[in-house]
Amino acid sequence: MVQVTMTVNGRQASADVDPRTLLVQFLRENLRLTGTHVGCDTSQCGACVVHVNGEAIKSCTALAVSLDGATVTTIEGLAQHGKLHPMQQAFQDNHGLQCGFCTPGMIMASIDLVNREGFNVDEATIRHGLEGNICRCTGYHNIVKAVSQGAREMAAAAAPKAAE
Amino acid sequence: MSATGLGASVKRKEDIRFITGKGRYVDDLNRPGQAFAYFLRSPHAHATIEKIDTSEAMKSPGVAAVFTGDDIAADKVGGLICGWMIHSKDGSPMKAGAHPALAQGKVRYVGDHVAVVIADTLAQARDAAEKIDVQYTELPAVTDLATATKGTTIHDAAPDNTVYNWQLGDKAATDAAFASAAHVTKLDLVNNRLIPNAMEPRAAVGEYDSGTDTITLYTTSQNPHVARLVLSAFIGLAPENKLRVIAPDVGGGFGSKIFIYAEETICAWAAKKIDRPVKWTADRTESFLSDAHGRDHVTHAELATDANGKATAMRVHTIANLGAYLSTFASSVPTYLYAPLLSGQYAIPAIYCEVDGVYTTTAPVDAYRGAGRPEATFVVERLMEIAAREIGRDPAEFRRMNFVTSFPHQTPVIMAYDVGDYPAALDKALQLADYKGLPARKAASAAKGKLRGLGFSAYIEACGIAPSAAVGSLGAGVGLWESAEVRVNPIGTVEVLTGSHSHGQGHETTFAQLVSDRLGIPLDNVTIVHGDTDKVQMGMGTYGSRSGAVGMSAISKALDKIEAKAKKVAGHVLEAAEGDIEFKDGKFTVRGTDKSIDFGSVALQAYIAHKFNGQELEPGLKEGAFWDPTNFTFPSGVHVCELEIDPATGVVTIDRWTAVDDFGKLINPMIVEGQVHGGIAQGVGQALLEGARYTDDGQLVTASYMDYCMPRADDLPSYTVETVETPCPSNPLGIKGCGEAGAIASPPAVINAITDALGHEDIAMPATPQAVWRAAQKSKNLPKMAAE
Repeated sequence: MVQVTMTVNGRQASADVDPRTLLVQFLRENLRLTGTHVGCDTSQCGACVVHVNGEAIKSCTALAVSLDGATVTTIEGLAQHGKLHPMQQAFQDNHGLQCGFCTPGMIMASIDLVNREGFNVDEATIRHGLEGNICRCTGYHNIVKAVSQGAREMAAAAAPKAAE
Repeated sequence: MSATGLGASVKRKEDIRFITGKGRYVDDLNRPGQAFAYFLRSPHAHATIEKIDTSEAMKSPGVAAVFTGDDIAADKVGGLICGWMIHSKDGSPMKAGAHPALAQGKVRYVGDHVAVVIADTLAQARDAAEKIDVQYTELPAVTDLATATKGTTIHDAAPDNTVYNWQLGDKAATDAAFASAAHVTKLDLVNNRLIPNAMEPRAAVGEYDSGTDTITLYTTSQNPHVARLVLSAFIGLAPENKLRVIAPDVGGGFGSKIFIYAEETICAWAAKKIDRPVKWTADRTESFLSDAHGRDHVTHAELATDANGKATAMRVHTIANLGAYLSTFASSVPTYLYAPLLSGQYAIPAIYCEVDGVYTTTAPVDAYRGAGRPEATFVVERLMEIAAREIGRDPAEFRRMNFVTSFPHQTPVIMAYDVGDYPAALDKALQLADYKGLPARKAASAAKGKLRGLGFSAYIEACGIAPSAAVGSLGAGVGLWESAEVRVNPIGTVEVLTGSHSHGQGHETTFAQLVSDRLGIPLDNVTIVHGDTDKVQMGMGTYGSRSGAVGMSAISKALDKIEAKAKKVAGHVLEAAEGDIEFKDGKFTVRGTDKSIDFGSVALQAYIAHKFNGQELEPGLKEGAFWDPTNFTFPSGVHVCELEIDPATGVVTIDRWTAVDDFGKLINPMIVEGQVHGGIAQGVGQALLEGARYTDDGQLVTASYMDYCMPRADDLPSYTVETVETPCPSNPLGIKGCGEAGAIASPPAVINAITDALGHEDIAMPATPQAVWRAAQKSKNLPKMAAE
């Protein structure tokens, strides 16, 4: 067993883990943060996307021990002081989810997409950018709308800060 | 219409927990002291099991138990059942082989369950399973559907691998119509095998309480009460009152989570056996191997038309793959959920259909979104398109001239269509799709070296499943009513217990809209309870687009009783005759006066019972109802797919998608549109991307997302989705159902568009870039780029 320590959603979390433990297992089984899901075994579906040091990764592709000292944000850590992240709100506003299983990964990937591509992402960029996230329920139409709104709202939220 | 009432696009109540990571799916549950199950699966498609030695596995670290087919036989655990009896055309009952939860003497598909190892951790269970020594004698696999009846016998009960030869319709009348036809259109097609792939893999946690001798099964089910009924009455795990089945948040189903599978059964049984919670979660490859697959037909179909272009008869022969065992509703899907839809939206005087249901050494095949109806629609809409082309008619106008236009309409294949306006949907679709502008767009595509095509699909489905006596007469083992209980709390908040189950459909919102609307109370004062057999007494679950038409009708009926009872209470409080009480907008008023009392106050009065004689009028405000439909419902619509083919690469790009559907009354248009979007995506997946492939020796080579192509965001367009409305007359809310329509409508729309672009009919699903490229080489429509 190996001790691993990370900052997860702003809190320090430590555990002794089997060296083969994946980040997603560490989050789900050691920390009981079950919002991050496992939908496949081949890093295709994206249900397990979280942010590590500010960037999206599929948490089924990383060993927990390789991320000792990392800062991790999961879906549970997005809302601040009871206020939803603009991308979370956009998914509800646009009916961008049905069964909800792919949704945490989809939201985490979408925020990263906007961070990388900018607030003015167009439909084609959104569709291409979500290639690594599979949804079986929505047909993506409303997810694309949600990401578009989420990007605009993220811009609005960032604007006052930029002005400061 | 209020902001939250019927017909309003209310944002979903359930979303908050899903977007914040607080959904609770089965794999998120952990019970104290739980052990983990790992299933050792057959690596062979077909083999006899000579010997299983589990002794080394038993000694492996952390192992609590190893069980095989012998153990469940010793405990008299019953086999998995198929709940729909089909009779062959000679009158004989279907030939069903036994379906043990763990294999007994023989394995019949890759992924069949040979043994289960239960250990302290999943890794230990997996490691121990490698130490089980199984000696197999391989038998020939049977994977080719067209020749399955000549293959090695899979079940002794069905020596030629034929489960049934079933028929529907009048053969003599149909043959006579063909004999006098002016034109006959013939079509051979394959409806490709699909793997459902709900994003949440199946999972189960079994738990036993020795103090009460009760088993609790947490499971990914679309119908927990049906699961309890089967596990209790047929498999014999425990009496119903000692068996609780809970389906919490479920991450999509699409049919695949209707069925009662081996893994869930074993978790519930083993939990009692070892007196310890047992948890199992499928990995994705296990889902591919062992979830019931869908579709998989080989069909020859013919359409007869007269000199005026009127359809006069249809003749269909289908071989349907049922897989290695009959899954829970497998027998009904290619029979009563298929052939009765062959009339489509058209007045066709004579139809005859034969279906051979056959065993193969592949995973069981059962209902997948649409279940039989997409297969029927693919037959009908490909025939109509090709017939129009062959006799030189516009495909839209050919459909129009054959539409059913007067209702009720009795088809020659059981169904009595109640209401519809098919020309209205077609007109709207033609306009939205700018059909008139198609030639110009085709020319523009040709100018850049592309082939453009447009395809129609005018579908009908039968859902709102279903009148109990009617399905009983067709062989169903259950009734298909739904139940509801409305519990009004003393301060006027409401809990609704429903036998429907939501796994993405949004019932917590739509059902609450109905209650809020009827009782005049805020949406937040209504909570929908589902998915727990200890809370909801009985129910039939969610599939067949039935939750609105059947489930909500049950709620509506219970609300009628609530209103009637509340009026009695209000009459006592307001000191007026019950008949003088009016109920509107959440208020009970004495007719013609300003004396009134709000709903919450009546609820309180019902419970404190001070104002009436508790012997004459029972205290409390709680009512239940069962709704048994009087007919199927018949959603219909027209979908138009317009796409562009790059003949150099075979890549198909869907340029625009127009859907005009008639779902009757809409409860929440936002949710309805979402259902249509998702259905279209699954249908486009079938048409362009998805296909389960077994090798000749029965290995599933599409058993991961590396190999089975799921639709991604950039494979799909945005959709134009609109509706027309003819309210359904057979339920109080006028609802027809919308869950499956997109998946039913879309595959023929895509293929009709591709064949329109190509100018020939020789393309099968999935029309992958490779297949389309090959087909394009034969196209006469290829732009003459090379000559330039």
